[in-house]
Amino acid sequence: MNFPVIVTVTLREGIADPEGATIERALPALGFTGVTHVRAGKSFRMTIEAADEASALEKATALAERLLSNPVIEDASASIGTSAIGGSA
Amino acid sequence: MTRIGVVVFPGSNCEYDALAAVTALGAQADFIWHSETSITDFDGVILPGGFAHGDYLRPGALARFSPVMEAVANFAKEGGPVLGICNGFQVLTEAGLLPGALQKNRGLTFICEPTTLIVESTRSVLTRGATKGQELVIPINHFSGAYTCDDETLRSLEENDQIALRYRENPNGSVGDIAGVSNVAGNVVGLMPHPERAMSTLLGSADGRVLLDGFVFAPALAR
Repeated sequence: MNFPVIVTVTLREGIADPEGATIERALPALGFTGVTHVRAGKSFRMTIEAADEASALEKATALAERLLSNPVIEDASASIGTSAIGGSA
Repeated sequence: MTRIGVVVFPGSNCEYDALAAVTALGAQADFIWHSETSITDFDGVILPGGFAHGDYLRPGALARFSPVMEAVANFAKEGGPVLGICNGFQVLTEAGLLPGALQKNRGLTFICEPTTLIVESTRSVLTRGATKGQELVIPINHFSGAYTCDDETLRSLEENDQIALRYRENPNGSVGDIAGVSNVAGNVVGLMPHPERAMSTLLGSADGRVLLDGFVFAPALAR
């Protein structure tokens, strides 16, 4: 089966995030108050062929740790998406 | 004659500067294309600056899978001197040959300016010709140059005398003002500043010479 998977990569807690901090500082200027703890990151969408959801997620986590993230500074998490964008899953 | 290899990835752009610097010091330098699988007959290897593989994903993230990197790792394991400059430093951290990581500069600006460095350790192959505490003016030219590591790694870097160079005034938010680090053995070293662009007072500074001279002729001393 094909599973739509989303991998999210963010900087680990404690690692300075100048991009997130800059976005957070810009929000009040646009009238959005009360927004804190903004963290910037990356999101990857893919379709993974696997026997079941669990093994699709296992594969996604493995490839996220090996390539999509740098474990020294980033955390990666994988979840099943609702549909793959532009895909045929 | 001492022979230095300069690794060229698709997207490297400082390989000619590195080649010219090594040649100016009186050694031979040759390019090593990233698809090579072995490094033989070289006394040292330089990974130059640039944007290897377009810096897609993260700087150095894809370059670490270039075939030559396994050869570089083996060369380093045997004690061969390896130097990563700027993007080359990023590649070495991604490949796990140096601790820590380089992330976006504090302030999110690309910085291109001369910086003053302080030699912290003379144990590495890059700084062995310099003196501890010596100040060197060497330019930086990067967007992702903030050296980052956790507290435990920082402590071990200090305990093992792996911090080769620090900035006198931190330009980019690097942890501990770190500009360059080495591995525990001292034969693999990376730095964000460009010593190969500080080879002549006519071009602003010749302070890169003491670093590259130490690196280039280190193998000759050891053998």
